[in-house]
Amino acid sequence: MGEAAEKLAASDPHAVANVSIETQLAVERFLARQAEILDEKRWDDWLALFTEDGHYWMPAHEDQIDGEGVPNIFWENLDMMQMRINRNNHPQAHSQAPENRLCHVVSNVIIESEDATGDIIVRSRFHCAEYLRYDVRNFTGKYRHCLKKTDDGYKIQLQRADLVNREGPFEYVLQWWV
Amino acid sequence: MAWTNKEISALVEPDRAHRKAYTDEDLFELEMERIFERAWIYVGHESQVKNPGDYYLARIGRQPMMMTRDHYGEVHVLYNRCPHRGAQLCSARSGNAGKRIRCSYHAWMFGLDGKLESIPAIDGYDGTNLTIDGEDFQVPKAARAASYRGFWFASLAEDGISLEEQLGEAKTGFDQLIDRAPGRETEVVGECFHMVQHSNWKIFLENQLDASHPGATHESTGIAAQMVERDMRADGRSPPLSYGFLSDFARLGIDGWGKFGTVGHPHGHCTLEGYMGLRPDDPETNAYVKAMYESYGEERAEEILGVNLHHSLIYPCMSIQPPLQQLRTIRPISPTRTMSEIWHFRLKGAPEAIYQRALGYYYLVNSPSTMVNADDLFNWWKVQHGLDSQGGDWVSFHRNAGFDIIDGNLRKSPEGSMSEMPLRHMMHVWRDYMTAEEGA
Repeated sequence: MGEAAEKLAASDPHAVANVSIETQLAVERFLARQAEILDEKRWDDWLALFTEDGHYWMPAHEDQIDGEGVPNIFWENLDMMQMRINRNNHPQAHSQAPENRLCHVVSNVIIESEDATGDIIVRSRFHCAEYLRYDVRNFTGKYRHCLKKTDDGYKIQLQRADLVNREGPFEYVLQWWV
Repeated sequence: MAWTNKEISALVEPDRAHRKAYTDEDLFELEMERIFERAWIYVGHESQVKNPGDYYLARIGRQPMMMTRDHYGEVHVLYNRCPHRGAQLCSARSGNAGKRIRCSYHAWMFGLDGKLESIPAIDGYDGTNLTIDGEDFQVPKAARAASYRGFWFASLAEDGISLEEQLGEAKTGFDQLIDRAPGRETEVVGECFHMVQHSNWKIFLENQLDASHPGATHESTGIAAQMVERDMRADGRSPPLSYGFLSDFARLGIDGWGKFGTVGHPHGHCTLEGYMGLRPDDPETNAYVKAMYESYGEERAEEILGVNLHHSLIYPCMSIQPPLQQLRTIRPISPTRTMSEIWHFRLKGAPEAIYQRALGYYYLVNSPSTMVNADDLFNWWKVQHGLDSQGGDWVSFHRNAGFDIIDGNLRKSPEGSMSEMPLRHMMHVWRDYMTAEEGA
């Protein structure tokens, strides 16, 4: 089990940390910026949001506590993310043409903990609308982020995204991170 | 329209099929009646109902069914319907009903074998035609249910050939999924992925044995994986073996898939000979082979590992890929909509790394974020669109048509070809099923 997954599993999902307004603002700004980067498909900026060992994780079940070694909807490190970027941008990625359009809203941001080094565990809710081939699809659910405080601002060690409809059935295949 | 057998037969020619077979609603109803509600259809693996009281819902043709395990440990396949007023009995996809299944409407109680055990205020039935053991008041069972080594099937027809006879040699797919476990048992891992295909169920089956599609359909994913493999090697890191599943699509090119032979079996089943590096020479594989030797002895272990089977398609409802430890089953909903269940298995006694390797494939190819199946699903949807149009009536299966090699009751593709033999074969079996009895 990775360090971040362990931290997340140990964190009380109902905790409300008493943090400074500056910290709350900085974390909210980070989450809003991540959403914007995804909507605008700035992939170099996307990869730079993560630590070198960072993971984007969408579990298939609520009771999963780790993405390693079990079936997931997404479980991607930087290599897999790079592969997805290469692939979705390839001219022969025919199921992705014409390109989709995304719009994310992140809200209900509650910081669960801030440790002595400034690392954060934060939960929030998201809503994402995707427009593809004359159809709008909606994805919604809960995020939990393990953020590492670095000289370069916060970096994601682990992002967990729990879709409300994680059990499916899936009418559609998710090609970008939600 | 009411289809006569003669009209149905005319939809299938030696090297092409008529689009109506994929789009017509009345034909779909006939398919459900004559194929899915007659043949042996996959219900689920016994490990989906591990404990007494467990149930798992399934669909056979148009019928809502469930697989249950009773308190003697026996597995049953029942209609998910209360004999009182018709209410669905179990409504979650799976669960444990406890000692009895209780209908939510009037609290009739049933054993997990479907037997009516109690009715509240039963004296109200005194002197009526209802008796607690009356045949009409039990939860009906599938006419026939049978397991092949833990894989449960049911047939809704009273008469017909046995499960083993229907499976024939294609049962090797199940044997491989079990025998490749040093512990000689296999079990499902967690829940399956449920994916909806916006296309006819036959298009899914055809795609599985269509050798000329992977290099074209999945080219972008193959190239993307190759780029990452190259970057990782340049950094002095070795890419996970599972990335090779994807980069193969680019490595083999569009016309490089002919070296994998396909075989058509009686009753429409088809098999594809393996193409993946099933036995690489790495410490993890070697530890696995050692565990196999210890369990079976060298000779039998080599016999099991020597079976060159990548894919076994069991007509009309499923595909098994033993080396990848996965199974997919389809539940047709309408001519243009098909539900699929994608299951993943753990081979008991195999080193964890072997499971992880298969898990890598399951994730990359079949998770809801797959970069592989995404392009298949899109192609199938596009095919369905085209077949709904009047821009042409026929689906072409001409590749290597007329050059099948007949070997006893098997039909084989010419060596080195990407023959559409499996597609033709399945369509001919479809015609046989559809016209087996005197139609209207």
